[in-house]
Amino acid sequence: MGPKPLALQDLEAYWTKEAGPQKWIRVCMDTGGIAAGARQVHQALIDARDDWMLDIHIRQTGSLGLSYADPVVVVGDASGVTGILGNMDPESARELMRLLGNGGRALLEDRMIVPHVRGRSFSGPPQTMILVKDTNAPHPEDRTRFFQELIREELQVHGLADQVGVYRAMDMGLYQKGICMQLLPSRVTYSNVSGPDVRRIIHESLGEGQVLEEMLESGEDPQERIVLRHCGHIDPDELDDYLCAGGYRGLKRALLDMTPEEVIGELKTSGLRGRGGAGFPTWLKWRNTREPLAERKIVICNADEGDPGAFMDRSVLEGDPHAVLEGLMIAAYAIGADKGFFYIRAEYPLAIQRVQRALDQSRAAGLLGPNILGSDFSFDAQVRLGAGAFVCGEETALIASIEGRRGSPEPRPPYPSVKGLFGKPTAINNVETLAAVSVILDRGGEWYAGFGTEKSRGTKVFAVTGKVRNPQLVEVAMGTPIRNVIEMCGGAGEGRRIKAVQTGGPSGGVIPRGKMDTPVTYEGLRELGSIMGSGGMLVMDERDSMVDVAKFYLGFCVDESCGKCAPCRIGGFQMLKLLEKIHAGNGKREDLDTIRDICHCMRSASLCGLGQMAPNPVLSTLRYFEDEYLDLVDAGGQAKRGAR
Amino acid sequence: MRTQTEIGSLLDWVEEMRVRVREIVREWDDQEGNLIMMLHAVQNEFGYISRGVAGVLAKETGINMARIYEVITFYHYFRLTPPGSHSVQVCMGTACYLKGAQKLYDELAQQLQLMEAAGGRQGDVQLETVRCIGCCGMAPAVVVDSETHGRLCPGDILQFLKRKQEARHGS
Ligand SMILES: Cc1cc2nc3c(=O)[nH]c(=O)nc-3n(C[C@H](O)[C@H](O)[C@H](O)COP(=O)(O)O)c2cc1C
Ligand code: SF4
Ligand code: FES
Repeated sequence: MGPKPLALQDLEAYWTKEAGPQKWIRVCMDTGGIAAGARQVHQALIDARDDWMLDIHIRQTGSLGLSYADPVVVVGDASGVTGILGNMDPESARELMRLLGNGGRALLEDRMIVPHVRGRSFSGPPQTMILVKDTNAPHPEDRTRFFQELIREELQVHGLADQVGVYRAMDMGLYQKGICMQLLPSRVTYSNVSGPDVRRIIHESLGEGQVLEEMLESGEDPQERIVLRHCGHIDPDELDDYLCAGGYRGLKRALLDMTPEEVIGELKTSGLRGRGGAGFPTWLKWRNTREPLAERKIVICNADEGDPGAFMDRSVLEGDPHAVLEGLMIAAYAIGADKGFFYIRAEYPLAIQRVQRALDQSRAAGLLGPNILGSDFSFDAQVRLGAGAFVCGEETALIASIEGRRGSPEPRPPYPSVKGLFGKPTAINNVETLAAVSVILDRGGEWYAGFGTEKSRGTKVFAVTGKVRNPQLVEVAMGTPIRNVIEMCGGAGEGRRIKAVQTGGPSGGVIPRGKMDTPVTYEGLRELGSIMGSGGMLVMDERDSMVDVAKFYLGFCVDESCGKCAPCRIGGFQMLKLLEKIHAGNGKREDLDTIRDICHCMRSASLCGLGQMAPNPVLSTLRYFEDEYLDLVDAGGQAKRGAR
Repeated sequence: MRTQTEIGSLLDWVEEMRVRVREIVREWDDQEGNLIMMLHAVQNEFGYISRGVAGVLAKETGINMARIYEVITFYHYFRLTPPGSHSVQVCMGTACYLKGAQKLYDELAQQLQLMEAAGGRQGDVQLETVRCIGCCGMAPAVVVDSETHGRLCPGDILQFLKRKQEARHGS
């Protein structure tokens, strides 16, 4: 990117530019990918390409979300993605380059990740490839190999062995469905395939082009990738890439074709609610910040991602920083702000670096600064770092922190929309909220409102972790049942049963197995005593103790309490002592009543959300898993009587 | 007794430190609410925020020491003591906790103690916990000297440290 500011026609040239014919490889290089060795894979690809002088474009991207398969590599050409490979290492990277260099496809045994989109018919070119996988087992193992051999033998019998290759997949997007086979290029997929079925598939499907309905797995992509639209596809360090993907089109539309009121109206149509936890309507927050008369106003992107087990915001910042910046600029235009801040956790050095770079590039291109795109809107933004305090995710504490003070929450009102950072009206929005804003302005509020439910519009990104087969990021339409979200990630790992799912982190609660059909909406989760939160989804299986989990979260809140008000400082500490006592088997039944009393007191009397919501994990485990508490109490009592 | 050259180099260091702090302050001077960013820059530069450095910062910015200390002690990220020559940070985020991070930490602490008892130098390896470093997919995650690793057992980490120490002492 040259230092020359971009004119409108330059942007339009980017937006209409067609992809070149070149083959390309993208390496997912977010924090998780790099930790798993993506840098070495990237380097091995470059070395191999240069050794063999191939014309293949290699670049880094953010994460596709497939954390379980890191390092992940995506292969494609002008037609789009042609293969996704997981668990890569330098040797397999070299092998991949050799295959592509010889004009072949990205077929690496036990590394192929198969998209969820599946075919229903064989109209089109002949089938030349079969992928196979035992979907009951998370790792490559003997049964898959056995079937691979079986299929090969059967192909031999039919004289097809030379035309049709058979490869083991790493992940078919199907789980607990026995042996699965996918025929390519049609993507017709069969599940629960037995030995005799193999013969039928080859005879009837391959030979005669028939679809065997009784084994057919049809399916569409269960994800709706709106916020994650560019993650894993564009190079987060290149403004050009973002522009070619249609970036800053939403900003252009807002600045040149709409008044600030119309922008707020568009957000109202979209139904977007804050993704940082509370679910406050974004348009309303902006209107409230627009209203007060003030010389200056400020917008802040809250990238403090405090939930200690979630990584949605990090992935978006590392994968598509310009989308968040564009959202922040649109927010600034709507409320009349000229200054913005990214408040980012110091523990996210790569996100910080990529956002900083995005800011520098946009400034050089004239997208930040005075009179943006020739309008009379002027705006600039800078990065400010958190310093390891969860409470600084709370709006008033965040403001104190940017002002260079201890991050202690203040009573509201006055709300930040009236008196915020440096006393100016301030709108604070979450990373995911802002990444949605930029695409809403591009594609329209109406379009966005087409996803989700009546009261919870759009999509939500979840970081699904814990005892799940494939920990990963997923983005689904609001209203998707929790069960489906977990199933997308392969369900419980190691053939165990899921006991509960925790949402909302330290401010949320557990959802027991019996309530898995609950749709993910703000209201649905609240009814169960949990919250949507920022999108952490922690899966727990039979072996996990609910008392231990409650103790963990409460311990976190006690550690992170700023100590300003007594209910949180003292209540939290006392309750933690009681939980520890119960967990160690020294509790009494009365302790549970005391815990409930403290919970209610903290809820109603704490100054900020941290203290008010810290009881949630305890109350919700008590609500659904009181047995476990009682078992500990009673077992402890019996052990003592026995010892006497 | 300290030799003249030792004292000389110490004074040089103090002077360099002053210059560096002054540069950091100048870089942030015109920004409102800059204290935390300056503290980050100072910690990046010196590894921790010593009393001496904090004193220079106070003088250069005109912010009094009490307020600087109030801020440093509030935020977990800022260090008041020098870091060890190797650091091992065990992630205690939810996902890692559920995958046995506490056990990993306890075992590691025990092993390190044994190592120290057997003649290892104190403060050589600094064991700490962190909250979610964003690699939950690889839980339990551990950061060894700012390199992140996933799905390790205590044995792996100790081996890793040993190799690093050997490499360092060998060179
Ligand atoms: C203790 C506490 C921690 C919070 N942490 C975060 C956080 O890490 N990220 C975030 O976006 N919001 C966090 N919030 C919510 C914010 O205060 C605020 O509601 C949100 O950033 C507003 O953005 P939104 O409307 O786009 O959701 C936290 C709230 C509390 C009470
Ligand atoms: S509720 Fe807790 S964190 Fe919030 S202000 Fe009170 S003591 Fe601080
Ligand atoms: S919980 Fe350990 S990396 Fe996220």
